[in-house]
Amino acid sequence: MADPVIDIEGLRFAWKSGPQVLDIEAFRVDAGERVFLRGPSGSGKSTLLGLIAGVLQPQAGRIRVLGEDMSTLAAARRDRLRADRMGVIFQMFNLVPYLSVTGNVLLPLRFSQARRKAAGNDPQAEARRLLARLGLQDESLLERRVSDLSVGQQQRVAAARALIGSPSLVIADEPTSALDADARDRFINLLSEEVERSGATLLFVSHDASLAGLFTRAADLTTMNRAGAPA
Amino acid sequence: MTALFSLAWSSLLNRKGSVILTILAVALSVALFLGVEKARSGAREGFENTISGTDLIVGAPTGTVNLLLYSVFRMGSTTAEVSWPTYRQIAERPDVAWTVPIALGDSHRGFRVMGTTTAYFDHYKYGGGQPLELAEGALFDDLFDAVIGADVARDLGYTLDTPLILTHGLGAADLGSGHENRPFRVSGILKPTGTPVDRTVHVSLEAITAIHVGWETGAKNPLADSIPTEMIRSFDLTPKTVTAIFVGLERKGTILTTRRQINTNRGEPLMAIIPGEALRELWGVTSIAERALLAVSGFVIAVGLVSILTSILTSLNERRREMSILRATGARPGHIFSLLVLESGLIGFMGALIGIVIVHSVFAVVAPMLQARYGVAFGSGGPGLLDLYVLGAVTFASLVIGAVPAIAAMRRSLADGLSVRL
Repeated sequence: MADPVIDIEGLRFAWKSGPQVLDIEAFRVDAGERVFLRGPSGSGKSTLLGLIAGVLQPQAGRIRVLGEDMSTLAAARRDRLRADRMGVIFQMFNLVPYLSVTGNVLLPLRFSQARRKAAGNDPQAEARRLLARLGLQDESLLERRVSDLSVGQQQRVAAARALIGSPSLVIADEPTSALDADARDRFINLLSEEVERSGATLLFVSHDASLAGLFTRAADLTTMNRAGAPA
Repeated sequence: MTALFSLAWSSLLNRKGSVILTILAVALSVALFLGVEKARSGAREGFENTISGTDLIVGAPTGTVNLLLYSVFRMGSTTAEVSWPTYRQIAERPDVAWTVPIALGDSHRGFRVMGTTTAYFDHYKYGGGQPLELAEGALFDDLFDAVIGADVARDLGYTLDTPLILTHGLGAADLGSGHENRPFRVSGILKPTGTPVDRTVHVSLEAITAIHVGWETGAKNPLADSIPTEMIRSFDLTPKTVTAIFVGLERKGTILTTRRQINTNRGEPLMAIIPGEALRELWGVTSIAERALLAVSGFVIAVGLVSILTSILTSLNERRREMSILRATGARPGHIFSLLVLESGLIGFMGALIGIVIVHSVFAVVAPMLQARYGVAFGSGGPGLLDLYVLGAVTFASLVIGAVPAIAAMRRSLADGLSVRL
């Protein structure tokens, strides 16, 4: 078995002069897994994702992501790792307002040569393929202003952006909280399919425990995090 | 970098309204600065191109600048003249190669009239040695012949043989102070020179004397008009005085000695000036105002640059989300920094470019008007090295200034991590 994609040991994190936000003894995600991580708002899930994505660094403990030790890796290397091998989907407002739909999808390719290479000779076509896979076939949509899209469409554009250039790890932070139940399940299914197809690993964070069944494994941040939720 | 460039460009397009206003602020500040500088250097070039080949200008004692402005640029007035015998003394000096006496004081419909000799057309040079040339007709031959400058002909629609009446002083012709009974005729029209020559009516010195017969007291004798023109032709029309004398020397080396000897002339007091030196003195007078204007317009550019800073800084709050999206999709802090610096630089560059276009468009319109009014052609108006410097400097300065919001955004994006708590 290869290295785990995420491997956390004795991780502790606090914002500057604030109380302890995270204290996780162990958490591990293996390659190819699609993990559901439940956590209500305020449980520190966004902070955890920031640590995994390498924009934050822990005060103590070890966090290995994709074989790199994020707690000791220099900021530039962490940025490079994220650019090359991770895709991120937020809760909402995922898109850069001044870029078109395809412009948004192609955004990671601007910052990573590895992703550019992985996207093939025709990134435009790859973007269109991903969008179509995620249910955005309509060509007229592609050059529209992203602010004209519905929230569900925006989230699918964000998913296509997270997937382009075949990253190894896709991190999703409450991507469905603004969607209704139907759209939510459809979104998760499409995302799971595409993640599986590209052989990536998915870490999906949500407060909604009812989604757990759609993933290969579920974990609960509230039981995992000994720092607990602030009052 | 090209990836960031197109990103910066799209970002600016997205904020078109405020960006265009900022660009305009920069453009106007650059236009003001360049306008001041171009007016300054253009005027200097125009003035310096007006006279060449004349070593000394001699007149009655007055200010150096005043004598120059009066004799060459037909601006202002003089209070005293040089007597004819004294002129002859100067003309006969062994170190003097040629002299051109001129007599000023009359006008024709707003254009100054200058009495001189045909030697004027041989020796007066402008724009680095170009001689005056006739477009048509001939130099004055008859007593009442006039050679007019190109602007006079164009503005008044005069052609060869058009009659014209001179006015005493600079007033309008209908005040009864005219020389109505002594009409002239256009014998020649000069080619345009871009100097005050274009706005001058040239007649012979004798003609000036002739039309002032009966004016000996300074005002018109009521009987003056009763003297028939034919009788006047038979008078001795050698002028009593001239206004100034253009002097060319045998050898340039004696210029300082000759000037000193003329300045210390026993008998009638005289003043000799070197045209280039008098111009420098004029620039010395104006340079204080010029420098103040340049400094003010320099500060206006600084204000324009600060408006870039303001516009980008105020946009940062609403762009916090965008920054964390960029970070999440792989942008390094350096990318965020470069993006904002590029935006600032692009605004500065476009502003400066538009400012340069504005200045040249305005000058294309205004320069002919200034020439019509002052007779001095503005120096070459085309875009020059100065524009390039200003473009470079403003772009560079706006890149540097862009570092302020860029650092702020970079710091904030680092602190925000992936999620902005809105």
